[in-house]
Amino acid sequence: MAFSVNFPLFSIVLCFMSAVLAALISGRAARAVTLALCALTAAGALILMFFGIRTGAATEYLMGHFPRPWGNELRFGILEPLLVLLFSLVMLLTLLGGRKQLELDLEKSKSNLYYMMCDLVLASLIALSYTNDIFTGYVFLEICTIAACGLLMIRQIGRTTLAATRYMIFSLIGSGLFLLGIVFLYAVTGQLLMPDLKAAIVSLWANGSYRTVLITGISLVSIGLAVKSGLFPFHFWMPDTYGYATPSSGGILSGLVSKGYIFLLIKLVLSVFTEDVFYKSGLSNVLYVLGAAGIIVGSIGALMEKDVFRMVAYSSAAQIGYIFMGIGISPDLGMLAAVFHIMTHALTKPMLFLASAQLSQAAGGKKRENWLGAAHFNRAAGAAFGFGTLSMIGIPLTMGFVSKYRFALAAFEKSELIVPTLVVLAASTILNAMYFIRVLVVLYSSPAEDKPRVRIRDQIPFAVSAALLILMNLAAGTAAKPLVGLISRGLGLM
Amino acid sequence: MKNGKKRSIKAFLRDWDAGRFDLDAAAAEPYSAAPEGESAEGTATPEESLPRRDVKAYRAVYPLLAAMLGAIMIVFLFLAVLDLPAFGKAGNPSENEVVRRYVESGLSETGAVNIVSGVILDYRAFDTLGESHVLFTGLAAVLILLLELDGKKEEPDLGLIRMKADSILGTAARLLIPIIVLFGIYVILNGHLGPGGGFSGGAIIGAGLILYAEAFGYEGLERFLNFRSFRIICLAALWFYSISKCYSFFCGANGLHTVFTTGTPGRILSAGLILPLNIAVGVVVACTMYGLYSLFQRGRI
Amino acid sequence: MTEVLQKLWDVRVFLAAVVLFAVGFVTLLLHRNLMKKIIGLNIMDTAAYLLLTALGFIEGRLSPIVLGENTDPLLYVNPLPAGLVLTGIVVSVSVTAVLLALTVRLYKRYHTLDLDVIYATAMKEHGVN
Repeated sequence: MAFSVNFPLFSIVLCFMSAVLAALISGRAARAVTLALCALTAAGALILMFFGIRTGAATEYLMGHFPRPWGNELRFGILEPLLVLLFSLVMLLTLLGGRKQLELDLEKSKSNLYYMMCDLVLASLIALSYTNDIFTGYVFLEICTIAACGLLMIRQIGRTTLAATRYMIFSLIGSGLFLLGIVFLYAVTGQLLMPDLKAAIVSLWANGSYRTVLITGISLVSIGLAVKSGLFPFHFWMPDTYGYATPSSGGILSGLVSKGYIFLLIKLVLSVFTEDVFYKSGLSNVLYVLGAAGIIVGSIGALMEKDVFRMVAYSSAAQIGYIFMGIGISPDLGMLAAVFHIMTHALTKPMLFLASAQLSQAAGGKKRENWLGAAHFNRAAGAAFGFGTLSMIGIPLTMGFVSKYRFALAAFEKSELIVPTLVVLAASTILNAMYFIRVLVVLYSSPAEDKPRVRIRDQIPFAVSAALLILMNLAAGTAAKPLVGLISRGLGLM
Repeated sequence: MKNGKKRSIKAFLRDWDAGRFDLDAAAAEPYSAAPEGESAEGTATPEESLPRRDVKAYRAVYPLLAAMLGAIMIVFLFLAVLDLPAFGKAGNPSENEVVRRYVESGLSETGAVNIVSGVILDYRAFDTLGESHVLFTGLAAVLILLLELDGKKEEPDLGLIRMKADSILGTAARLLIPIIVLFGIYVILNGHLGPGGGFSGGAIIGAGLILYAEAFGYEGLERFLNFRSFRIICLAALWFYSISKCYSFFCGANGLHTVFTTGTPGRILSAGLILPLNIAVGVVVACTMYGLYSLFQRGRI
Repeated sequence: MTEVLQKLWDVRVFLAAVVLFAVGFVTLLLHRNLMKKIIGLNIMDTAAYLLLTALGFIEGRLSPIVLGENTDPLLYVNPLPAGLVLTGIVVSVSVTAVLLALTVRLYKRYHTLDLDVIYATAMKEHGVN
């Protein structure tokens, strides 16, 4: 066995250790530790991904001396390291790019706690991606929830405390449902490790025994995760949560945390619930309908917002809808589209939040009318925002286009879903274009008054991270084939 | 007359529901950046302060939706429960090879007489590693919210009565605290031999620390448990936990033998890593309990 | 009729657990008072633990602490649910602490525990922003 299979364990333990260390050191040191940690886990995940590609098989990694079904385990093929790579890279760039805002928003004496929460979020995202045990999933889900809440409330204005409370309440409803679902599944299978749970579910389903319990358990788990990631109609907390947090937190929460939950769901659907139970029992249709409704409702919500941050946040609700719609379409092409869209959104949304922060600072307000001509005062942020919106709308050469194309392709697999999917895609593209292009027009029209100009040299961290995010997006958008191939191989290994 | 009485009860209930019971006059003062021109009374009447149409609509629709959701869920859960195997009977599905090995070989494989300890600290130790960090995460989140630096507020402001000078409490505490702490230590050290373990023992010691702080004030405790030493203790315990477990996982996954042996089951020094881990967990839990109490009461540790 | 009653009697503890879960869930969703929401959350979590513990229980068996050298699996109840419940309890303690801390902050700022009133006040306060 290659040494690289130990990297997941090391990265989780390192994240925990640096989180604990962050309590003792200054904010600057904690920041350096966190950034180094992100880079390290990204490198580890990259090596592990190449290991997975070379061996072409998934590895089961014992956490201790006991094999499943007795001991905890991790499991990774190609897709899991790929997502961990994405998560740690995006977190690195988001923290880097939001530096100026972070310095403004964080109380100096508590800034180390912010980076501690980042470490914990990273630890739980890694564990959620790699875990092969459903109960471990629950524990890390809760770490993720509390740490994400910490990222929110670090900016202590009343509005964020309120947003954090609502976020917490919805998240806890989700985890309560998730836990109850696990309990029901455990009641009739007696297993917690995913492969054994799958075997038990398959044999029970074939017998026809305990069907009600199985269906209830599986729906509770899926709905719990859907509530946590903010699927319609549980998206009310989103605009407040993302809209008033410090931009890095907004980026991390919308781009990464909710994706961690969704990835756990994808993992469970593919490697526990099985196609038979999940897709033939009609559960997938519920997710499909809610996802499609979420796209429309989120887009209309975004259309009605004047505050740009809240608009971007509402657009997140729509993007979550896309991902769930993909999961609902089919376990192969639909899932592929969903995973691709996870990546699109994770690379785009943090950049939009960071760029909006830079622009509203240059323009002196968060409302759309404040932004008149703001792109002339901060060219770099304007370009980043513009590119992000184009990717969200789905202009060719960006990742957004590829993921929309993939959704359409997935829908053609199932004749009854072609028309609704295409209608939803078209409607949402038009709505996206309406609300985003409206902002772009305001952004690039000639300004009413002259404001101080922010040059790239004044905002190097932001410019660097935005440039990297744009480059990755363009690379994956123009040459999507290798990435799509990688994802589909990874899905095959799950 | 009757009507009036009814209304006053209703008003009372509404006030209660709105949480308008100021325990202390001090708490009614606006917090650092409270909205200008809005007194405590002005903000607290629901009818006045809900001018927005969408909030009103939300309030009308939301309960209906929630009740519907609850009703649907109850029906589903009810059906599912009827389908479950009978309660308390042998031979239910969860009684399978997993449990059999835990019980049959738990003693020889982990060395723990208490099989639950063996399961959570050896078979499924990764969950427990996460679990102790959940506690730490929760503490850190409370720290973000409630930690007040530079001694902004010395006295508790939630109107709690300080019992520092109470002689009954003092005498009782003097008698009880040694017993409580000793019992907590016993429970921690006994975690692999009988009922107990780091979580329960740590909670007991935490209760002892809280009682001490309540009876004699924080000054005595602060000599050895101030914010700095608190963080160092947590760091030491959690790092020990992470590093030792990482070593053990690493050995397990790569087929190596660890230096920890199970020893003779039933001895106090047995069961490999379980006893040290229980101690580490106990320290973390005790610190967290005390830390949470102290943060809630006075905004610092 | 007796069959139905027998069936209900067979799952009595599970039934109690899901009823409690539903009570907690609805409290968490419907009540505007933050403290009650937190209480609802705790009821909900505890109900899930009750269900889990009840699943592991088998009448007449002992708690899973080995007596002497006797490791007969038919002698002890299932130890796994106990371990899971322990984990769950720790999780819900931390979550409750965080929610209570949030409540303290909100109360200090808005002088009420009613979430809707807090929301309305916050809307007014930040409307201009």
